[in-house]
Amino acid sequence: MSKKGIETLVGAFVLLGILGLLFLALKAANLASFSSRDTYTLQARFDNIGGLKVRAPVRSAGVTVGRVSGISLDGKTYQGVVTMELEKGFQFPKDTSAKILTAGLLGDQYIGLEPGGDEKNLIAGDVIKQTQSAVVLENLIGQFLFNKAADAGSGEGGGKK
Amino acid sequence: MTNPITWLGAGTLNWLRSMGAATYFFVDLLKNSPAAVRRFMLVVAQIHAIGNLSLVIILASGVAVGFVLALQMYYALVTYGATESLGLIVNLALVRELGPVVTALLFAGRAGTSLTAEIGLMKAGEQLAAMEMMAIDPKSRVLAPRFLGGIVSMPILAILFSTVGILGAYVVAVLLIGVDEGNFWSIMQGRVDVWRDVGNGIVKSAVFGLICTFVALYQGYETEATPEGVAYATTRTVVISSLGVLGMDFILTALMFSTP
Repeated sequence: MSKKGIETLVGAFVLLGILGLLFLALKAANLASFSSRDTYTLQARFDNIGGLKVRAPVRSAGVTVGRVSGISLDGKTYQGVVTMELEKGFQFPKDTSAKILTAGLLGDQYIGLEPGGDEKNLIAGDVIKQTQSAVVLENLIGQFLFNKAADAGSGEGGGKK
Repeated sequence: MTNPITWLGAGTLNWLRSMGAATYFFVDLLKNSPAAVRRFMLVVAQIHAIGNLSLVIILASGVAVGFVLALQMYYALVTYGATESLGLIVNLALVRELGPVVTALLFAGRAGTSLTAEIGLMKAGEQLAAMEMMAIDPKSRVLAPRFLGGIVSMPILAILFSTVGILGAYVVAVLLIGVDEGNFWSIMQGRVDVWRDVGNGIVKSAVFGLICTFVALYQGYETEATPEGVAYATTRTVVISSLGVLGMDFILTALMFSTP
């Protein structure tokens, strides 16, 4: 084959590879969704973060507005400190509350933000004060069993009287 | 019957000797690579021979793997009502593991063997010796361009494998079975990270390309210059590069994806 022909074929091959990479990055992964936009950082402290993971979505009214960028433990209060990056376009009032919720019964955990009524907005670096921890199934079951036992105990006691 | 201790010692020394020879060969290839970059046409010709000509089998396998993964995953996921996650599972499986690994195995079979046979026959026909006689270093003229060609071609082939695999899964899941198209893509986009998943997959495939091409060239270069020798070297190319790829994949996966 001529030199030109081979060069053209190799050029087409490399171009095909670049197109495939673009497809993987833009259509099949998250490059288009977040990394390019401006973000600001907020923190929230939870008594228990459950199964929350880094890069979990932060949602408000079900709409994804940011992602969890870091999780650490406060050595003094023994609370989980969650750092999240929110898009600049979404501003929330000072008294916004954060909850750790689960998508579906077995789904992934995410942070739900519920805006309050304050006129001032949260700014970069602020800490969200009102938080609600993740629901831990074991605690829930434990509580349920405890209540059951307590009910049964009081019921028997009432019968004897 | 030799002393078992002597036998063990001889075996160890032989192994070390071959390891040393392979290392020297590898260093020589690296040393000669800049020279090959300067004569870029040689590399382009090799990308054509190694990459372009492997395209058909890679694309066909990619589509087939995508089809089958989508079908099988659908049967498993439909029990839990989670069929929308099909795209995500297929994507992660392809981009992280199957893309680089299956492409490397096919690459060893399609391109590696032809490299070994080519170099082996060049050696058997004393072409390499003739080049040395003309003061042309066969390592820089013959081996290094093939080495670079393999390293460049392999990631491109792996990317294309994953791409057509995901498209194949799309055809089966969305067009044939009727999984919701929006969810298929959006769940995938929400959970696949460009750097962590796609990027690491490409790094993996470049490493596999290096392993496969290096093994193929080394086996060809060190072959016994007989028909049986070339046949034996070709077989060893496939076996060693496949095992090397599988072993290396485990190590790389442990390094890249061990944190959730």
